Amino acid sequence: MTTAMRSKARPRTGVDWFLTFLRVLLTGLVLFGLLAFLWQQIDPDNPLASAINPDANRLSWDAFQGLVISGLSQGAMYGLIALGYSMVYGVLGFINFAHGEVFMVGAMTGMITSNKLFEAGVWEDNFLLAILIAVLVSVICSTVTAVVTERIAYRPLRGSPRLIPLITSIGVSFFIQNTSAVLLGPGAKSYPRLPDWLRDDIGIGPFDIEGKKLLVLVVAGVSMGALWYLVERTKTGKAMRAVAEDKEIASLMGIDVDRTIVTTFAVGGAMAGVAGILWGILFGSVTEFTGFLPGIKAFSAAVVGGIGNLGGAMAGGLTLGSSESLAPQLVLEPLGVTGHTQLKDAVAFLVLIFVLLVKPTGLFGERLSAEDRA
Amino acid sequence: MSEAVASPTPLLEFRGINTHYGAVHILKDVDLAIYPGELVCLLGGNASGKSTTLKTLLGMVTPTTGEVVLDGEVVNDKPTSYRVERGVTMVPENRRLFKRLTVKENLELGAYLRNDDGVESDLERIYEMFPRVKERLNQKSGTLSGGEQQMVAVGRALMANPRVLLMDEPSMGLAPALVQTNFELIQQIHEEGVAIFMVEQNANMALSIADRGWVLQTGRVVLDDSAEALLANPELRASYLGDGNR
Ligand SMILES: Nc1ncnc2c1ncn2[C@@H]1O[C@H](COP(=O)(O)OP(=O)(O)O)[C@@H](O)[C@H]1O
Ligand SMILES: [Mg+2]
Repeated sequence: MTTAMRSKARPRTGVDWFLTFLRVLLTGLVLFGLLAFLWQQIDPDNPLASAINPDANRLSWDAFQGLVISGLSQGAMYGLIALGYSMVYGVLGFINFAHGEVFMVGAMTGMITSNKLFEAGVWEDNFLLAILIAVLVSVICSTVTAVVTERIAYRPLRGSPRLIPLITSIGVSFFIQNTSAVLLGPGAKSYPRLPDWLRDDIGIGPFDIEGKKLLVLVVAGVSMGALWYLVERTKTGKAMRAVAEDKEIASLMGIDVDRTIVTTFAVGGAMAGVAGILWGILFGSVTEFTGFLPGIKAFSAAVVGGIGNLGGAMAGGLTLGSSESLAPQLVLEPLGVTGHTQLKDAVAFLVLIFVLLVKPTGLFGERLSAEDRA
Repeated sequence: MSEAVASPTPLLEFRGINTHYGAVHILKDVDLAIYPGELVCLLGGNASGKSTTLKTLLGMVTPTTGEVVLDGEVVNDKPTSYRVERGVTMVPENRRLFKRLTVKENLELGAYLRNDDGVESDLERIYEMFPRVKERLNQKSGTLSGGEQQMVAVGRALMANPRVLLMDEPSMGLAPALVQTNFELIQQIHEEGVAIFMVEQNANMALSIADRGWVLQTGRVVLDDSAEALLANPELRASYLGDGNR
């Protein structure tokens, strides 16, 4: 509270003016783009759109809903991965950059399992059974990876400054990437062909959703629901939240703090495993570097939602995924940005910068006062 | 050591305890004994090692030499949970509620290690003791006033069904009007048969309800006597009781 009061009383510096300028500029650009886009939907020759980009096209409902569904299914996976960043941050206060690789392990082991099942004929005869087995294997492998890294790499560093486990996690991430390249060979590996009903569109209300995207949304939704139940409604979850807030007092309650930290890594790893196999189903292939970009974006999603806040991680993931998918057409094209469809990744990080400029604690973040973090 | 109380085995005991933080020597050859059902207090100035004493009793800090004894058993290498299960709990300094958890969740965490079926009725007992708490069960505990937080902190400790309650400066940060109520509450808990080991700066108040007390000075026990004797001690009057009203 005292810092908040002090920062209000502090005279505004050049940097403050610059940040305010950035906030206004970014908000203005987003609003202009959106307005031009909306107007264009009504009147293709509207002066706002043609002023900057006379070539801008109207977006059909079909194309629009396709972008929304792609954005949400991609965002759901970011959300699942973001949960792991957020939970570990909540409990140990550092960013586990190896979490993207935990996700990659899920995608990789999912690829191995589903190819084996494909060879055995199960993939085509009984897809639901096959995918259930593949999800289980991915979840187990990712969970084990997360727990083992905690035990070997992070636990010995407990109590050292937060920068040290953070840098260690970058090392762990290289280690896992290279282990995968050594064991399985470098380069892209394919998932088996999905059954036809997953490649067709399924109509739900005004939406035509590709089967695999629906599968991704359903599995991600169920996993998030299960996680919410675990954290908010069970004794284990209560212990996790208590440890996140105050380890010393948690141990005074009789909670085994080390075991609770392991549980946190395990649950985060399981969610990354689910995301890994869903990624494989959606994009059909995986490399040892698959964890990198989704990992960084999921981390951004966790920050956008307010790091340490689980609902925020999910919301951040969905926000980031949909912005990535929609913003090129809705905001960038009317602004006349060339090559806007190639700018997905830039959009994700612009969203991060925008949120940090406007609400530094993230969408659902609470102010972490010194007292709270004691 | 005065063997004023008849009961043969102390509930909790320090035998020649030394505690260090890194290279810094905090507790120096401390001997203490708390008997079942007693109300005792530990006095001492700032940074004299009072909180460290409580944390060492609970195993949140490990002593370098000496023995922590619970019911006659040396528990140095047993975790905190072992001691909590056997009836030792604490209301920590500054209460330290889980601020982002609800009042109900805080109380339930107090009973984390229990799986007997007395938990529900103990919750009811806490609600009876603190009707204010019952009205705020689903509120985040960080939003409570200082007095209400104190009630939840005491309630949370009682939910462990303790035989001895360690209290670290229970009147610190309370409005002056609440300090008296708080001491009455401590006496009430004591009358229900729970031993109390209280750390206080408010020496007058503490000694007026305690049976015995110790005075700690830079980690060493310098006085160990009955409450009446301590109240009458000229040295103590000069150093603590004189400004005990601040
Ligand atoms: N975790 C810690 N690490 C290092 N020094 C500590 C720690 N906790 C307390 N101390 C130091 O130990 C001394 C005694 O502290 P404490 O037991 O809290 O005193 P009191 O409760 O009597 O005020 C103080 O000098 C304090 O700074
Ligand atoms: Mg203290």
